[in-house]
Amino acid sequence: MAEILRFATAGSVDDGKSTLIGRLLYDTKTIFQDQMDAVEKASENLGTEGPNLALLTDGLRAEREQGITIDVAYRYFATPKRKFIIADTPGHIQYTRNMVTGASTADLAIVLLDARHGVVEQSKRHAFLASLLRIPHLVLAVNKMDLVDFSEEQFNKVADEFRDFASRLDIPDLTFIPVSALLGDNVVDRSENTPWYDGPTLLTHLEQVHIASDRNMIDVRFPVQYVLRPQSEEYHDFRGFAGTVAGGVMKPGDEVMVLPSGFTTRIASIETMDGPVEEAFAPMSVTVTLEDEIDISRGDMLCRPNNSPTVTQDIDAMVCWMTADEKFAPGMKLAIKHTTRNARVMVKDVQYRLDINSLHRDESSDLLELNEIGRVTLRCTQPLFVDEYRRNRTTGSFILIDEHTNTTVGAGMILGVAE
Amino acid sequence: MSYELSHLRELEAESIHIFREVASEFERPALMFSGGKDSIVMLRLAEKAFHPCKIPFPVLHVDTGHNFPEVIEFRDRRLAEVGARLIVGSVQERIDSGQLKEEPGLNPSRNQLQTPVLLESIEENEFDALFGGARRDEEKARAKERVYSFRDDFGQWDPKNQRPELWSLYNGRTRKGEHIRVFPISNWTELDIWQYIEAEKVEIPQIYYSHQREIVERDGMLIATGPLNTLAEGETAYTETVRYRTIGCMTVTGAVESDADTIEKVIAEVAGTRITERGATRADDRVSEAAMEDRKKEGYF
Ligand SMILES: Nc1nc2c(ncn2[C@@H]2O[C@H](COP(=O)(O)OP(=O)(O)OP(=O)(O)O)[C@@H](O)[C@H]2O)c(=O)[nH]1
Ligand SMILES: [Mg+2]
Repeated sequence: MAEILRFATAGSVDDGKSTLIGRLLYDTKTIFQDQMDAVEKASENLGTEGPNLALLTDGLRAEREQGITIDVAYRYFATPKRKFIIADTPGHIQYTRNMVTGASTADLAIVLLDARHGVVEQSKRHAFLASLLRIPHLVLAVNKMDLVDFSEEQFNKVADEFRDFASRLDIPDLTFIPVSALLGDNVVDRSENTPWYDGPTLLTHLEQVHIASDRNMIDVRFPVQYVLRPQSEEYHDFRGFAGTVAGGVMKPGDEVMVLPSGFTTRIASIETMDGPVEEAFAPMSVTVTLEDEIDISRGDMLCRPNNSPTVTQDIDAMVCWMTADEKFAPGMKLAIKHTTRNARVMVKDVQYRLDINSLHRDESSDLLELNEIGRVTLRCTQPLFVDEYRRNRTTGSFILIDEHTNTTVGAGMILGVAE
Repeated sequence: MSYELSHLRELEAESIHIFREVASEFERPALMFSGGKDSIVMLRLAEKAFHPCKIPFPVLHVDTGHNFPEVIEFRDRRLAEVGARLIVGSVQERIDSGQLKEEPGLNPSRNQLQTPVLLESIEENEFDALFGGARRDEEKARAKERVYSFRDDFGQWDPKNQRPELWSLYNGRTRKGEHIRVFPISNWTELDIWQYIEAEKVEIPQIYYSHQREIVERDGMLIATGPLNTLAEGETAYTETVRYRTIGCMTVTGAVESDADTIEKVIAEVAGTRITERGATRADDRVSEAAMEDRKKEGYF
């Protein structure tokens, strides 16, 4: 069983994400005494009754003043079964880019819904983003059950509403749990108020969900990050290619192909400071030495001769646009970072823009505005070595950077080669 | 064979990836080193990232002049072993030259004075990336910070306008005068650090382990006595069995009562503690609710 589970919260403003994380930390006794004292004092100052558990993650001054989450908070806790890295994300549409930041590395997302209001536009947006980012496991937490008398009927109604929307998304694993983040029902402790619910509590589910199979162990992908040439007496001829394995399993003796040159050779050894290893797989950071002297630099990639990524300058991708400063539009030039490659792209086309509510493809629009998602075509100044995002989250993803402001303005998930 | 990494190996791999990324994409990075456990682990991770090469950037110590002597001795020895070049930004020198003013009062903290010295060192050396050993579990403002944390010309952090940071694709683009603070151990907890020190047999200064020390109780903290510490009226020094959970400015870093004289015992103690390391030991963080956020905005570590 994988030791670390990374998960993110999602859902609309005020549906209780931060409160839920606070509750999870509180009931697992993760909160330290001085943190709790500080939260109690801050709650008093803000005039709330009793400690406001959301303050355990809403740590910025502005967040506390406004009572909302603005940016992701990372929190950590462990049970005897697992270690958890939590990203508590903001629900407000204005901060979608921060939600995407927190969700991009998650193995699991908890989408919260307010039991009274059910599925609202922002819940749809976040569920869609979670599926787009291919977070393999989704938990639908129907929250504030205390405000609907823990009604089974209301839970089913909300769950059905979500199921209906989710059926049009690609979500491999979906679990529904009725909770009250405020009071703790079914978060860590099983609730006596929901005798009709016989599924796991949220924590039990987080401890048990099987995530190991989510990593790609088939297609060898090794983006070269850094070339190590000590030129010291002891390591006179050493030339190592350092990087993080992005897919597959690499072993000494394996035949590998180098992109873009296409040369093939064999892995001589896989080195670490603790000595050579027999195997390397994602997400290990290692240093590979090769049998032949081949000119290789950062941005190149090692793969297997009979299983290589697609080499292309024309990319077909889904892009989430994250700035209000300018619109994403054909003709626009941007910097791109894909694995360890930096290049520039020109926007060729916006094939369609997605309407989050209906999931309708709006083909009439050739622009993307802040927080909009669309299918686009890009032409790159250099070939990239890509896989479909659904096959590999590392070789299938990229970011777009504005060359004037230097800020990250787009997140891309590759679908394939553009015609 | 199951293809799974232990949590320490997974965290280590992530940190090494970040070190290599910075070394590749920046022209003048440096590693901030205080001699505390986090920076010691950082140094080990940097070694691992570039082995068998030497660490390809210098080490920067912003020296308050209020150090535990054990820590300075340790710093010099360890850096010599690793073969890293040390750059010191000295708070004391700037006080002596009149550029900075010691805070008023008995036993002043030099915490705030570190920021201008740090920013000056960055400017002088034209650093474009600085590795810091801050962890997100330490403090609520840090819990919000990116791995690559952008700083403007004045070294300021803008918590309400951070760059998106997706997957492990870090955006390190800056203009001249701006820089990035990089936090490779963002996702490590205090317990992870101790477990790693144990697993890797990393040497740390002895003051992290239980020892006898003359101390004085001040604001609920146990502060070491010595030439930097003038006792106020009514304070009495006494000897106690203590150790340090964090190492900072000597005048404001508290020791904790402890018998833990081995790494195993320290881990057991940390796993069972109910108070955060900063809450227990750092007067500098207690100043106000948003003390850390405010200092970070101004360019603090
Ligand atoms: N009655 C009730 N109130 C809840 C529950 N969960 C959260 N709340 C309240 O709902 C309000 C919003 O909670 P937050 O946790 O801040 O919501 P959020 O989803 O994190 O909001 P953003 O991060 O700003 O998107 C607070 O007043 C909470 O006390 C619940 O289970 N029952
Ligand atoms: Mg929140």
